[in-house]
Amino acid sequence: MDITSLSALELGKKIKAGEVTVEEAVRAQLDKIKARDSVYNCYVTVMEEEALKRAAIVQKKIDAGELDDSPLAGVPVAIKDNICTKGVLTSCSSKIMSNFLPPYDATVIERLEAAGAVVIGKVNMDEFAMGSTTETSYYGPTKNPWDTDRVPGGSSGGAAAAVAAEEAWYALGSDTGGSIRQPSSFCGVTGIKPTYGSVSRYGLIAYASSLDQIGPIARNVSDCAAVLETIAAYDAKDSTSVQMEDYHFTEALVDDVKGLRIGIPKGYLGEGLDPEVKEAVLAAAKTLEAKGASVEMFDMDMVDYAIPAYYVIASAEASSNLSRFDGVKYGYRTPDFEDLQDVYKKTRDEGFGMEVKRRMMIGAFVLSSGYYDAYYIKALQVKALIKKGFDEAFEKYDIILGPTAPTTALKMGENLSDPLKMYLGDIYTVSVNLAGLPGISLPCGIDSQGLPIGVQMIGQAFSEKILIRAAYAFEQTRNYERPACVKGGEQA
Amino acid sequence: MAITDATIEYVAALAKLDLTDEEKERAKVDLGNIIGYVDTMNRLDTTGIEPMSHVFAYNNVFREDVVTNGPDRENILANAPEEKDGGFKVPRTVE
Repeated sequence: MDITSLSALELGKKIKAGEVTVEEAVRAQLDKIKARDSVYNCYVTVMEEEALKRAAIVQKKIDAGELDDSPLAGVPVAIKDNICTKGVLTSCSSKIMSNFLPPYDATVIERLEAAGAVVIGKVNMDEFAMGSTTETSYYGPTKNPWDTDRVPGGSSGGAAAAVAAEEAWYALGSDTGGSIRQPSSFCGVTGIKPTYGSVSRYGLIAYASSLDQIGPIARNVSDCAAVLETIAAYDAKDSTSVQMEDYHFTEALVDDVKGLRIGIPKGYLGEGLDPEVKEAVLAAAKTLEAKGASVEMFDMDMVDYAIPAYYVIASAEASSNLSRFDGVKYGYRTPDFEDLQDVYKKTRDEGFGMEVKRRMMIGAFVLSSGYYDAYYIKALQVKALIKKGFDEAFEKYDIILGPTAPTTALKMGENLSDPLKMYLGDIYTVSVNLAGLPGISLPCGIDSQGLPIGVQMIGQAFSEKILIRAAYAFEQTRNYERPACVKGGEQA
Repeated sequence: MAITDATIEYVAALAKLDLTDEEKERAKVDLGNIIGYVDTMNRLDTTGIEPMSHVFAYNNVFREDVVTNGPDRENILANAPEEKDGGFKVPRTVE
């Protein structure tokens, strides 16, 4: 049996039962990575030595019964390369951070390790999480395991592709405008963007602080729920962290949606949506209806304004957050300079890629004197209206359902030269971040080209359990297999 | 709104970027397209709408003013491109 095909919880059970040792799990994963990653390029750093050392420590704790309450103890995990891991390269897939060894662990790493996780490596992403294809990485693009001519989505493309290609049992990604959900959709895996404030951002290298949130990417809803249960907690080190009333997400893994009220915004099915995606998403709604949920279409006006508001707010925050990369304290420094201004400007021009520079310039523009009210304040007003639209919708519905992305995975290079076209692909995901809501993407079908289609469910703030229950119930109806190439067989 | 050469010089200076001529030309086109698209927000009447910076009603989070992190100079300086006498080294800034 190839244990890398198991789900994270299944592997956790086998480890607890003594059928598989932690070292065997780590070695099996390392073998798979060695066999496949030269094709997919999911990993920036593979932590072979550290993971094997850690395996021995975790095994002792498991044997001593210290991790009986941790269902994921001993299961290796891949971490997006913008989440700080002490002493291990955390590059944000950027040249400017290509030598950065964090002096501390992110809170999510501490929480995972306390629960017996073994970090096996750091996974590729769009540079500073800015992009939807993982093509803007300094370390080269990640390829979609379903079709290597296609992108895995982004920005957590390495994480989603690794989980799909069985190069990771599960991974942590980050989602600022769809960066967990969209790659999950493109790679046929499941990802949750939790409610803003439910998972600590301490140690997540900031892109847009009011929108960023860390979340799990895994092969199924149960694994995601178990990971979320491990990482979500109040953290005094993140001043936007929120104490939730209930963290028992795995209790919501119940196959029952009777009485669940589902709303589909008509604007989520309009122009630009691929007909096959539309069909699959509507079929998903029908499936849930057959299981006892009610489904209704409704008008949500603000859909068209979410992308412009998002790019103004995210770019503004990015231009401020990324000012810290100056060639003085850490990271790359230009070899050729005369004065301090030179250090800043040359380091940043040489260290950042084009998409990052573009967003910092948009941000500088919308925050500059004379344009601040017209762009930045206007975007914050639009955000208020988007939030109000969701609040009204949640008076009538428990779950808002729609596509995760307008299309299935795109061809490599298709959007790289046209940033605006790439931004428009975020239409169904960005408003969730603007409103601080939880969202999940999970597979709902395969299109005629053999590519996975994702359905997105959105819940009220802190209603993760309702979201997980709906997604789990839907997942029980899945009646197709992943293709051999992503199940442990060889690439066709 | 039109993005001019002067706009690009200005935002590049604000973002502390030493762009090449080629990058400036490309930025002019891209920013023009993106800002032009962002302008679609103006179709929406937002008169009287309070700008929302945070979705939840966060209050200031206070704590006692005590040091909780230990000294870690060596680890922190290990990432510095250049260091001198336990500090970050930069080119002379005052003549």
